[in-house]
Amino acid sequence: MERVLEPPILAHRRETAWSLGVAFAVTVALLIVAPFVIYPIFLMKALCFALFACAFNLLIGYVGLVSFGHALFFGWASYLTAHAAKVWGLPPELAIVIGTATAAVLGLVAGGLAIRRQGIYFAMITLALAQMMFFFALQAKFTGGEDGIQGVPRGRLFGIFDLNGEMTMYLFVLVVVLASLLLIYRIINSPFGEVLMAIRENEQRAVSLGYKVERYKLVAFVLSATLAGLAGSLKALVFQLASLTDVHWTMSGDVLLMTLLGGLGTVFGPVVGAFLVVAMQSYLAPFGQWVLVIQGAIFVVCVLAFRRGIVGELAHALRVRL
Amino acid sequence: MFEIFGIPSQALFGQLLLGLINGSFYALLSLGLAVIFGMLNIINFAHGAQYMMGAFAAYLLLQHAGIGYWEALVVAPIVVGATGVLVERLLLKHLRKLDPLYGLLLTFGLAIVIEGLFRNSYGSSGLPYQVPESLRGGHNLGFMFLPNYRAWVIVLSLAVCLATWFAIERTRLGSYLRAATENPVLVRAFGINVPRMVTLTYGFGVGLAALAGVMAAPIYNVSPQMGSDLIIVVFAVVVIGGMGSIMGAILTGFTLGIVEGLTKVFFPEASNTVIFVIMAIVLLIRPAGFFGRTA
Amino acid sequence: MSDTRALLSVSELEAWYGESHILHGVTFDVRPGEVVTLLGRNGVGKTTTLKAIMGIIEKRTGSVRFEGKELIELPSDAIARRGIAFCPEERGIFASLDVKENLLLPLQVRPGGLDLDRIFELFPNLRERLGSQGTKLSGGEQQMLAIGRILRTGARLLLLDEPTEGLAPVIIEQIGRTIGTLKAQGFTILLVEQNFRFAATVADRYYVMEHGHVVDHFAAAELEANTEKLHDYLGV
Repeated sequence: MERVLEPPILAHRRETAWSLGVAFAVTVALLIVAPFVIYPIFLMKALCFALFACAFNLLIGYVGLVSFGHALFFGWASYLTAHAAKVWGLPPELAIVIGTATAAVLGLVAGGLAIRRQGIYFAMITLALAQMMFFFALQAKFTGGEDGIQGVPRGRLFGIFDLNGEMTMYLFVLVVVLASLLLIYRIINSPFGEVLMAIRENEQRAVSLGYKVERYKLVAFVLSATLAGLAGSLKALVFQLASLTDVHWTMSGDVLLMTLLGGLGTVFGPVVGAFLVVAMQSYLAPFGQWVLVIQGAIFVVCVLAFRRGIVGELAHALRVRL
Repeated sequence: MFEIFGIPSQALFGQLLLGLINGSFYALLSLGLAVIFGMLNIINFAHGAQYMMGAFAAYLLLQHAGIGYWEALVVAPIVVGATGVLVERLLLKHLRKLDPLYGLLLTFGLAIVIEGLFRNSYGSSGLPYQVPESLRGGHNLGFMFLPNYRAWVIVLSLAVCLATWFAIERTRLGSYLRAATENPVLVRAFGINVPRMVTLTYGFGVGLAALAGVMAAPIYNVSPQMGSDLIIVVFAVVVIGGMGSIMGAILTGFTLGIVEGLTKVFFPEASNTVIFVIMAIVLLIRPAGFFGRTA
Repeated sequence: MSDTRALLSVSELEAWYGESHILHGVTFDVRPGEVVTLLGRNGVGKTTTLKAIMGIIEKRTGSVRFEGKELIELPSDAIARRGIAFCPEERGIFASLDVKENLLLPLQVRPGGLDLDRIFELFPNLRERLGSQGTKLSGGEQQMLAIGRILRTGARLLLLDEPTEGLAPVIIEQIGRTIGTLKAQGFTILLVEQNFRFAATVADRYYVMEHGHVVDHFAAAELEANTEKLHDYLGV
């Protein structure tokens, strides 16, 4: 039976790692040039979501677990960072740390509960937990309810760099996101990552080989949640806003769409997917509800006929790793 | 009027009634999900949207064809059930050999499409649907006031749930369904057209959702998003009950509705989240759910 | 090879489980009223052959003709409705059904199947256990249930996969007698058996399989003369 994704082309790992290097170099080059051609704020939004999607992909693409509640980590990190920067007056680097740490803790708790069940149940549990935290956000005072937390100050990074300057902020976001991508790449290619993929291929065999499978899954879950939180923290500073949309289940759906469209289990798929979806949402914004319809339709089409996603298909056609 | 734990009986029983109503919908919807999951091994994320379509079908039938509530109770499930048959034939069928999570993803996408389409046409605010003439008003029972329509909803849900349970567990047709859930390959080798049974089962589950929608129309307003928030709660109900058993889904649905109602009386702020909290607790002490077999 | 007197005519049947190529061109036939046995070691493809005939294994090529009509392209429910019934090795008794429901499950595809009373004559134990959950029966009872339920269908060709596996000698004898009775009533039976001593009590002809094709063929009368050869094939 076909698993949630087709495994990356493991056999050619060493030989085709060059393709990853090339793709990375191209990506960096494009992103350095981009802000001179495209609105930096759009790029920053896309970068935050690219990180979010890559974090999500860590779980779905490499461990095979479909979380329907990642908005929980993204949104709550966003709230905490916003609160830390605005109400506690902390500098941006600390605010981000707090937001990210919050996501890590939430990841530990949610993961601890959700990992107890497999497959579909896991998905439903993550969704329900996220919804629970959505209601909490709706009712709690410090989240600002329907209004959210507005006017979040960007501050001075390390006391030196004024993040109110668009280019400075952009560079900061770019550096953080690229560093995170490299981190994710290191995780995937470490012995830990190998075990994860072994678990996804054949969990029974991994268990019989003596691996504490549950623990590995939980660690992967927490890592994924933490990086998703990092993305949310950055986003709070970029838009200087943390709101209910960030914790709503549609946000979980969005990141799922980005990853699916871009390519599950590929390194660059989520990045491409994120940029595409963010672009599409901006372009179609005047059309109101049609954005939802089109997104849903893309979901359906991808699941039926395009399961490898854009980057996945490209990688498959060129027989390289992407 | 008397008081229990410092709460006037009106309020207590009023909330209990509301809880029982919610429980009726939880039971009907988780029943539909359980039936579909048993046969198709997929979670029908579109269930909430199909519930919404049932409510809209009732509304549209009244608006454009003058067809009232009583006929809608029959017509809407058939019409929406038919769309379910199409969905299974055209879309879900292709996913049968794949990991069941693809089914979840596809029905998720479908739910978004359906909700988006209805939102485009009808906006986000609710549309009214009148309680049918014969069920208006209510009775004063002394300790509370019982609206007729509310009582009807509870009675009808119970009846439909029990009838479905009976049909599946005690009839010949039900034996085909149960056998096909267990070992579809062998059942097919006995000459039974299993693919067709799968399609019709999905259609039936969708019809159940639509029926719930018709029943919900006079109570909640008919709006495109009425399904999506409800379905997530139903997922939690289903995790708590476990998906293995029809009776389990029914019992869990009604019970959780009552629990939610009671919570609203004593801890109103927690009423939105109590079912999720229960889900978390159940996961800690009994991961398979109350009635579930270990997944 | 294509025998016009044959009820079932299998020719160059190949089959795959996923990527594994199990059957490499199986050819044999079964004439009306016969009991034919497929013999061979574990893993040679005997069960796969039955499943491929029945259409349970979908990846298959070659020719399977029943009553002159080709089955190779048909899905398993269509094949069952043509008049073939399958009794799987694992018996396939449904846990969520009681004994009576299990008995009544297979579709009646032709007139002339045995009615319940006749089935209870063959297997009296089943009558007492009608209300029990299917899987609460003993191994022997489950085997009788598995055979009994396909007798109701009216199918004239029965595919039995290792009906005596794991059963006590007394039950095995009963099954042997049952097969004899069925044969007397005109049923045609294709049997897969590891227990060739049992097969010897019922079969008219034998085909020996190795590595996914038929390598030898004996009639019942030739069995004595070929015992040593058989022992070689079966590794006993």
